[in-house]
Amino acid sequence: MSTAGTATTPARGSLGRILRLGATRVGYETRVYFRTPDSVFFTFLFPFIMLGIFTAAFGAAGNIGTAPDGSGGISVGAYYLPGMLAAGMLLSGVQNLSVDIAGEKSDGTLKRLGGTPLSPLSYFMGKIGQVLVTGILQAGLLLLVARFLLDIELPSEPEKWLTFAWVFLFGVITCAFLGIALSALPRSGKSATAVVIPIVLVLQFISGVYLQFYVLPEWMQNIASLFPLKWMAQGMRAVFLPEGFASLEPSGSFDLPLVALNLAVWLGVGLVLSRLTFRWIRRDS
Amino acid sequence: MTSLAPVVRVRDLRKSYGSVDAVSGVSFDIHAGETFALLGPNGAGKSTTIEVLEGYRDRTSGEVSVLGVDPRRGGLGWKARLGIVLQSAAESGNVTVTEQLTHFAGFYQNPRRVGEVIEAVGLQSKAKTRIGKLSGGQRRRVDVALGIIGRPELLFLDEPTTGFDPEARHQFWDLVRRLKAEGTTILLTTHYLDEAAQLGDRAGVINEGRLIDIGAIDEIGGAEARVPLVRWRDEAGVLREARSHEPARIVAGLVASLGREPGDLEIIRPSLEDVYLGLVRGARPDPENSRETEVRA
Repeated sequence: MSTAGTATTPARGSLGRILRLGATRVGYETRVYFRTPDSVFFTFLFPFIMLGIFTAAFGAAGNIGTAPDGSGGISVGAYYLPGMLAAGMLLSGVQNLSVDIAGEKSDGTLKRLGGTPLSPLSYFMGKIGQVLVTGILQAGLLLLVARFLLDIELPSEPEKWLTFAWVFLFGVITCAFLGIALSALPRSGKSATAVVIPIVLVLQFISGVYLQFYVLPEWMQNIASLFPLKWMAQGMRAVFLPEGFASLEPSGSFDLPLVALNLAVWLGVGLVLSRLTFRWIRRDS
Repeated sequence: MTSLAPVVRVRDLRKSYGSVDAVSGVSFDIHAGETFALLGPNGAGKSTTIEVLEGYRDRTSGEVSVLGVDPRRGGLGWKARLGIVLQSAAESGNVTVTEQLTHFAGFYQNPRRVGEVIEAVGLQSKAKTRIGKLSGGQRRRVDVALGIIGRPELLFLDEPTTGFDPEARHQFWDLVRRLKAEGTTILLTTHYLDEAAQLGDRAGVINEGRLIDIGAIDEIGGAEARVPLVRWRDEAGVLREARSHEPARIVAGLVASLGREPGDLEIIRPSLEDVYLGLVRGARPDPENSRETEVRA
């Protein structure tokens, strides 16, 4: 095709082109992610490390949730697995993307991309796709480690895995959009980790990832209930903990419809904020 | 087609930040196939002007048309016809030169071949090196490569050779000449006046947000600014200067009156750099023929 005039050049990216470039962005972003030691350590490997530490530190103290007659308990590793899966989703989505995009904003990557015919939609597809790919790898590896290294029994019922699938996908995509939205907050790439990590860390402590949710005071549980991590962890507990553990939840049930509702609200918030705040470059006028 | 319309048309461009005018009333055209050099000191408004043309910044007022499109409304199809080499980029660079160029080539309908572009910027031996591991000058060449990979009709080069060694700069000049030969229109800003003289067809000199001169590269500053300068040391040991269209006649007169070779004799033809410095300092060289001045040694 010649470029003789404006007539032959597309006025706007066709959908096929946007999707094709989005797919190549996923590959590119995933490759860059795994070549960046910081992101691999703090967002990919972190749940593995925490699961290992909790198992090693508290494993000897005996099982969790054991009935007074000595039956029904599960190992520390088994108890923490759902929380670590949820933390992995949060880190792969929120922490990874917010720090990554804030960095791209300040180092000129976004400005360069903004001067090319790459559609912002393709760019977003690349980011969301990268989070999906690395999140799925992370969850898959966590499950393998749990099953074969920590000898944790995984559920066999298909409906539990169906629950896992929707909680995971819904949660990861929500976290990815929240990460894009949060990237607007840091003033520079350097300050990004200082802004993002405290938020993510506090959420993990109050949402039943590091500390058992049922031992937290009610006011803390109420605050955590506003944010998606608590619900992702709860959804994961519904999949991986025995039915009897439902009685330890504040409402006495895993409340899967509420999990879906909370994630839907936060997905909407993430989408709107991403749309409103994202710019190739900071506007100057 | 409107082939006679200028590729870039700027009329009375103004850009202010609060009460400060970064650009106040700049007008110029760039025609198809032309290399136009925008010159001026730091903070003069060059980069603001170029970023308005690239669509990165909004303007306060004035008319701007780039490839027939107002940059404020430039879509993806418009961007596909541009090549932009920004002034500075400091990406983390966890991809190799080849990977990055292949990826960016995918954004365009009819890109240049990646291998050709790597060769054109002289990075063959670094093709498989991660960009983060390159030197500053080599990274700058990657910036240039990314700017031309899409076979742009209009190429913006904002201080493209900063950090280049002399050989790399000469290679870059050859590359720009080849792009020009292919018909690429180029807007260049540079601090190297020899670079502007080598590459530019026309130049505009911008100072404090205003275009203080514009014209063919060998005419800018006016004919009088290019009057040769004769410099010598007189009997009292004082350094003297004279401007003349007939420098040899002055020298002959000096030899005749002194009866010997004048000390520290020089005949200087003002370079673009001299002309430029004269312009931005607001002190145009005196056009009067053969006027002598005393110079403090």
